[in-house]
Amino acid sequence: MVKLAVIFFTMILVDNYVLAKFLGICPFLGVSKKLDSAVGMSLAVTFVMVLATAATWPIQTFLLTPANPDGSLKWDMGYLQTIVFILIIAILVQLLENFLKKFIPALYKSLGVYLPLITTNCTILGVTILNLDNGYDFIESIVCAAGAGIGFLVAMVLFSGVRRRVEQAVTPKCFEGLPITLVAAAVTSLSFMGFGGIIDAIFNVAA
Amino acid sequence: MSENSKMKILTNGILNENPVLRLVLGTCPTLAVTTMASNGIGMGLAATFVLLCSNIVISALRKIIPDQVRIPCYITVIAGFVSVVQMVVKAYVPDLDKALGVYLPLIVVNCIILGRAEMFASKNSIVDSALDGIGMGIGFTITLTIMGSIREIIGSGTWMAGLGKLIPSLGSEFAIQVIPKGVDTFSLMTSAPGGFFVFGILMAGATWLTTRPRKEAPAVEGGNA
Repeated sequence: MVKLAVIFFTMILVDNYVLAKFLGICPFLGVSKKLDSAVGMSLAVTFVMVLATAATWPIQTFLLTPANPDGSLKWDMGYLQTIVFILIIAILVQLLENFLKKFIPALYKSLGVYLPLITTNCTILGVTILNLDNGYDFIESIVCAAGAGIGFLVAMVLFSGVRRRVEQAVTPKCFEGLPITLVAAAVTSLSFMGFGGIIDAIFNVAA
Repeated sequence: MSENSKMKILTNGILNENPVLRLVLGTCPTLAVTTMASNGIGMGLAATFVLLCSNIVISALRKIIPDQVRIPCYITVIAGFVSVVQMVVKAYVPDLDKALGVYLPLIVVNCIILGRAEMFASKNSIVDSALDGIGMGIGFTITLTIMGSIREIIGSGTWMAGLGKLIPSLGSEFAIQVIPKGVDTFSLMTSAPGGFFVFGILMAGATWLTTRPRKEAPAVEGGNA
């Protein structure tokens, strides 16, 4: 239980995907202009992230690299990982879009526009691959994916606030728009560095 | 004239339409792997290879792929080439594989590659697409190398450390000491905030270079129909 909590909070505060690992920078810069679209995008990302992890973990473990009881591999098709995963994510996003459109139109209306963008969001593919690289079991992977999603949400919401201030500031001409936004992101990311070590202190373990 | 436009397609990616600094595509690997200049070169070359091959294949198939399912088709082609790169890098330069980590498979979702497939290769001839791929790749590699150099020199005081992993004849300990060893380095540069900061400054620099008032008429945007 403690391990799950450590993974969850580490993903949100210390290993934040956007601010510490640089995954999902495109939506971070593109969609963080308004608070409500930032929240919508992050919720859609979190949802797909958990679903994609739930789908890719069994596929990798039982189909691509199934292990014998003694730990050796029955066969190794790990080299197909990239192709298989990206296709699964693309299919999943498409299915989700159709499902929401048909059964939960209200949710589709609020999240719909962000769904196609998610396929090429590197956080999704990143979290599924990193989970396997870290050797997490199924439950840990799901918790890690949820934490990564919430971390994305936190970063997006915080940054949309920072950005509103930055947009109104007077900057040198060549810094207008994205360059000054990136410098602001540097400051935001700096503040997240302050969380380093907090998880070990709270849960009293080496993460 | 035709020679001229071919040249323009090739050079377009280097400054005017630099994928990272002007089109703002592929920002994730740009920020993540540029803690060292040599990582930047490795990542740039890997992406250039994928970009070139996928541009050629997609351009060759542009009349066959139905419009409705083009994105899944593109992604499959790209994922195939990324797997090739992954296997080659793992086999011949395992150190680079370790340094790039998850960002190597993530070339699949690098927006530069899908972006060029959608914007350029799906509308232009094979030769033009190949040139575009090379140009964009060079632009990407140069940008990553510059960014990596700045962060590495300020952050760890060395330059091109780890180049020995790419070129074995240099020896694995190869590094150019720029800032003397005794001087404290500004290690924040190699961590996340430094990445955002240097990227912001570079982007401002590129904007200034391409938009500052010039005597001659501004270059016409070529090729990007």
